[in-house]
Amino acid sequence: MRSYLKNMKTITKVDYATYLGVILAFIVVTICQSQGLVNRSVSGMLVPICCYVCMSISLNLTVGILGELSLGHAGFMSVGAFSGIIASMSLQSSISSELGRMVIALVVGAVFAAIVGFIVGIPVLRLRGDYLAIVTLAFGEIIKDLINCLLVGWDENGLHIALNVDGTKSMSTLGLSENGIEIIKGAQGATGNDRIATFTMGFVLVMITLIVVLNLVRSRTGRAIMAIRDNRIAAESVGINVTKYKLIAFVTSAALAGSAGALFGLNYSNVTAIQFDFNTSILVLVYVVLGGLGNIWGSIIATVILYVLPEALRQFSDYRMLVYAIVLILVMLATNNPQVRALLGRVIPKRKGAALDE
Amino acid sequence: MKKKFFALMMAMVMALGLAACGGNDTSTTDDGGSDSTESTGTAFKIGVIGPMTGGAAIYGTCVANSAQIAVDEINALGGDIQFELLAPADDVNDAETSVNAYNNLMDQGMQILVGTVTTQPGLSVFPLTNDDRVFTITPSASGDDCIENNDTVFQICFTDSNQGSRSAQYINEHFPDAKIGIIYKNDEQYSIGIRNNFVAEAETRGMDIVYEGTFAEANQTDFNVQLTAAQSAGADLLFLPIYYTPASAILTQANAMGYAPTFFGVDGMDGILTADNFDASLAEGVYLLTPFSADAEDELTQNFVSKYQEAYGEIPNQFGADAYDAIYTLYQAIQAAGVTADMATEDICDALIEVMPTISVTGLTSAGSEMTWDENGAVSKDPTAVIIENGTYVTP
Repeated sequence: MRSYLKNMKTITKVDYATYLGVILAFIVVTICQSQGLVNRSVSGMLVPICCYVCMSISLNLTVGILGELSLGHAGFMSVGAFSGIIASMSLQSSISSELGRMVIALVVGAVFAAIVGFIVGIPVLRLRGDYLAIVTLAFGEIIKDLINCLLVGWDENGLHIALNVDGTKSMSTLGLSENGIEIIKGAQGATGNDRIATFTMGFVLVMITLIVVLNLVRSRTGRAIMAIRDNRIAAESVGINVTKYKLIAFVTSAALAGSAGALFGLNYSNVTAIQFDFNTSILVLVYVVLGGLGNIWGSIIATVILYVLPEALRQFSDYRMLVYAIVLILVMLATNNPQVRALLGRVIPKRKGAALDE
Repeated sequence: MKKKFFALMMAMVMALGLAACGGNDTSTTDDGGSDSTESTGTAFKIGVIGPMTGGAAIYGTCVANSAQIAVDEINALGGDIQFELLAPADDVNDAETSVNAYNNLMDQGMQILVGTVTTQPGLSVFPLTNDDRVFTITPSASGDDCIENNDTVFQICFTDSNQGSRSAQYINEHFPDAKIGIIYKNDEQYSIGIRNNFVAEAETRGMDIVYEGTFAEANQTDFNVQLTAAQSAGADLLFLPIYYTPASAILTQANAMGYAPTFFGVDGMDGILTADNFDASLAEGVYLLTPFSADAEDELTQNFVSKYQEAYGEIPNQFGADAYDAIYTLYQAIQAAGVTADMATEDICDALIEVMPTISVTGLTSAGSEMTWDENGAVSKDPTAVIIENGTYVTP
């Protein structure tokens, strides 16, 4: 066993440490929860934290591993959230198991987000330069406006969908039968959803995201993706199909964001399109950048800390966002400070130091 | 390198300094609450959720301040019923943050919720209060869906559908020949809800709507297109079921292009006189449907406004008045139900739900009439429209 550990590559060790860390965190939180040690504030934040962790891991795949800037990641979350809610609400009568509906919703969210990611990616990823940033920025806004005029209802005849572009349609134009459910009501978003998301599901989703992303990155495909990031011309010269590998990374990232969105949607009884705006995309990007580009476990830790921080600062009342901003700046200064890094390198044995530089 | 460390230290010191400021701020308000409550030992713990920072902060802070005034008044009476107002929880008008704020208040032992201030966060919080059986009275979350299916939630303000149809009724009665233009925000439920009900009522009354324009959160600063279209359609009355920030831009830009229809707003227009970077003289002659006017002569309003001005140096808006009424409604309901603060939250909730449809309250926002509630949680009271003259609200 010891020799096996010794022969293992540093990168593999870091990956296993990441899995182990997430599993340990889940076990500790679950035990604390069963002992009644976790207050409502924390237990209420568990599911959104899992969602945002998945969001930042998947965005790290695009930004850190693929090296393309995406400014519309919340758009994929939005697609996942609303398609997931539609799936979960319309299956309410046919599938009684909440777990079953949740899994289906997550899969549906991932599939829809992947399809949208594919459509967005095909024209853009053929180009060189910052076009992906521009197009994803626009995509996030388009999705927001589209969902703002989307009306969806369900009755025993199936789904009723209308696009209320000119403001003349309302829920009554869908012609739902008496026991129909109104699922998405335009700008009001989806109201009256079943809140079926659980922390366990969030943990499973984080693990799936981790396994998918880490295995992708360490595979042949992942090496091709990173080769494109480091030097596109060199990668092309050895016969790597640039567009194909870029699309693989981008669509995977979109699909994972979609399932994170679906879980997020199932955690709130009211979800609106405006929640997934440009600010949310930037928020996730901040998690990724502060955690370290290409550094998966860094993304996880940064997300957890930065999501909990504004809530932990509630006692500062009106100054809380100000303090939050100062903390962000301090973290940036500290992580880029060579002395602090040297100190970290000394405290944590070499392999962690290697992971920092990765 | 030394410089960098120095900068770091400075930032740290500044952060600590600010933290101290923040700490002081909350502790003074806490003292105000607990000083008077300690006399009896047990007090109902009331939480307020609303936007204390961000674009809608003017509503949230006014609600929190006014609730504090009402709580202090009731505690000063020294009766059996004492209230303890927890530090107001900020939700930045965002549903996700609002749920976190709610959980935070529950950790502090909240028994009764006065909130949320706005509709969208409420739609996420109210199902939780319903599950937890926490009695909820919202000053100003006016959405129809807020009270639907949530038997724990009661409103002090009119529902959106009520505001829309009442506005149409008022305009029809006072401006029978008006050619009406509407500009509304098509990504906000508040605006859409009022517009839909206004249009429905206007159709049954045969009113003449000549133009409808929309805008969204992203483009709420430039209204030249909508205003030009409204002008060329011949609209001489513009109905604006929107909040005061975009409304102030509309008034400014209409003035700049020399277009002067009659403007008619609803309760979101309240606050326009104190809007940032807005020349308040442009609001002269604007009508708005609001249940509260700070210049009303009656003793109740005068008392509230002078206390508010003394404590916070501003004139309170309608949201504050709603919150003040919410606390007094709670007071009356607790008296009627005979519940005490040491009872379980669920029992308090069930007892209060029982008595709410039976009580009637005269308050700041009821225009002299009495407020009553149906079992659903909707309020019934007289609406009033005011016109802005010389920088104040005047009943026309």
